[in-house]
Parts: sequence; C-alpha cells; structure tokens
Amino acid sequence: MIRHVILRALSKLLIPLIMLFALYVQFHGDYGPGGGFQAGVIFGAAIILYALMFGLESAKRVFPPRVLEFLVAFGVLLYGSVGIDAIFLGGNFLDYDVLAHDAVHGQHLGILLVELGVGITVTAVMATIFYQFAGRGRSDV
Amino acid sequence: MIDVIHVVLFTFLAVIAIAVIRLRDLFAAVMLMGIFSLLSASLFTVMDAVDVAFTEAAVGAGISTILMLATLSLTTSKESTRFARPQPLALVAVVLTGAALIYATFDMPRYGDPAAPIHHHVADHYIEDTEDEIGVPNMVTAILASYRGYDTWGETTVIFTACVGVLMLLGGARTFYRWRHRDDGDESGDGS
Repeated sequence: MIRHVILRALSKLLIPLIMLFALYVQFHGDYGPGGGFQAGVIFGAAIILYALMFGLESAKRVFPPRVLEFLVAFGVLLYGSVGIDAIFLGGNFLDYDVLAHDAVHGQHLGILLVELGVGITVTAVMATIFYQFAGRGRSDV
Repeated sequence: MIDVIHVVLFTFLAVIAIAVIRLRDLFAAVMLMGIFSLLSASLFTVMDAVDVAFTEAAVGAGISTILMLATLSLTTSKESTRFARPQPLALVAVVLTGAALIYATFDMPRYGDPAAPIHHHVADHYIEDTEDEIGVPNMVTAILASYRGYDTWGETTVIFTACVGVLMLLGGARTFYRWRHRDDGDESGDGS
C-alpha cells in the first residue's frame, strides 16, 4: 500500500486505460500487432499495478484468487474445446474451417475464441504468480 | 541509417550485458535487465518484428522485472561473493562455445536474404494463401492461431503448467493445511 498521492491519483487514471488497451490488443490482434498473449500480459500488469498501489488485500477483493485460479484453467479449456468442437463438426482437431457455414468465417471465429482463451489464461497466470510472490512471508494472507 | 541504429542498439546491449555481469547489487542488475529487454524490443521493431517486440516489451521489460523485484524483496539484493573465485575452465568453455557459434554464423544466409532456405519451406504458402484461407490481415496472428494452432495450444499449456507449479511450490501447502484444519474450530485461528 503506497500513500503517495500523485502515484495513487495517476495510477487511478492509468489502470482503466491500461485495461482498455489490453482489450484493444486482444480483439484487434487480427488486424494489427498483438494477440491473446500480449493482451493477457498487459491486463495482468494492470492488476499488478493495482495491487502495488492499493495493497494486496484490496486487489484480492477486486480479483479474488479463487476466480483467477478458475480462469487459469478456463482459458486452456476454452482453447481445447474449440479444437474438440471442430472434431465434432467433422474436421480435425483445431481445424477452424468447419466452425461456421463458411471456411473463412470459421477461421475468424476460431482465431477469436482461441486468442480469447490464451488471453484469459495469461491474465490469470500473471496475476496469480504475482499474488503468490507478493503474499509470501506475510501472516495476513 | 538502419545500420547505424542496429550498431548503436547492439552496442548498448553489449554494454548492459557486461554491466549486469559486473554488478554485485542485484537491484541495479534487475533494472538493467529491464532496460536490456526494452532495447531488444526496439531492435525487434527495427527488424519489423512488431509482434515479437510487443511481447518482449510486455513480458521482458514489464512482468519479469516486477517478478524479479518481488523475489528480491523476499531475499536480499546483494549478490553473495563467497563462491566468486576465478574459474579458468569455465572461461575456456565459454570462449570455445562462443568461437564455435561465431564460426557457425559464417554459413548463415545474410540477414533478410529472400533466397534463404528458411523463407521457402512453408513461408511461401503462408504469404500467398493467408488472405484466401484465413482472411486475417495480420499474418502473424493467422500463423500463430490457425496454421500453428497446435504450437500455441502447447504454449498455453506451458503457461498453465508454470502457474500450477508456482501454486504448488508457494501456495499449495498453506491451502492444504487450511483444508485439513477447517473443522478444528476457532482455536486454530490464532496460529499463523
């Protein structure tokens, strides 16, 4: 918990912008540089900045560790289920062509979902690892 | 002009690498490693590898610096010099390996050579057919998420495994302890 007024005011201003930028990187990854991994890291950085500024405890109230642990697995499973779904629809594992009526649309949908899975997992992993490191050696966690 | 930027950036990288080796203050070394990553990211940008530069800036300069600092806050920020004796054998090994690597670069195609074998294995197919098969303007995303979907799936699993490992090492025991003692009532609450 940092009591420096300028740092706190500035990070309050910055954290929403960082999160918005992460979402932009996530969903604009098809058209420009970026993708799920980068977006996840940026979103994780926003959570870490919040934890640094307002304390680990308030960060854990906003982003509960149990929810993050769930999301760690959920992203991987989302990725895998897109692949399994392709098998059920008659294609190979992770063959996005069969996901929609049209091959190119299927590819768009597949890439979007897969990148979303990567982004969710990376965000949750970054925040979880930081929680574990920052919460070490304290009695209040 | 590009060559000048390359030379300047590589010089900075070498200087920082030597400084990191020489420093005994780990806090300063971690900050220099962050700068090293940022300079690598600039280098990747100059080489038109924007996606790689993006990742390097976010992960190398951002998250890993923070995790290193978090580790330092748990341990100490001074490197132990107890075992820092000169190792002649290590020097010989490093010099030999470095010489072999530099010798190997003579066989490599020139940087950006369009006729290099690596650019004609599957890259031609990606460059010519991404527009029709995937329909995504960013070819890097198309390759990573669709053509190389298995690899990215593997990478995501690696990240997942890393997180599970950290949780088991740093957080698992405590959770298991709490789970075992959940029925003990209030008297277990004062112990920490």
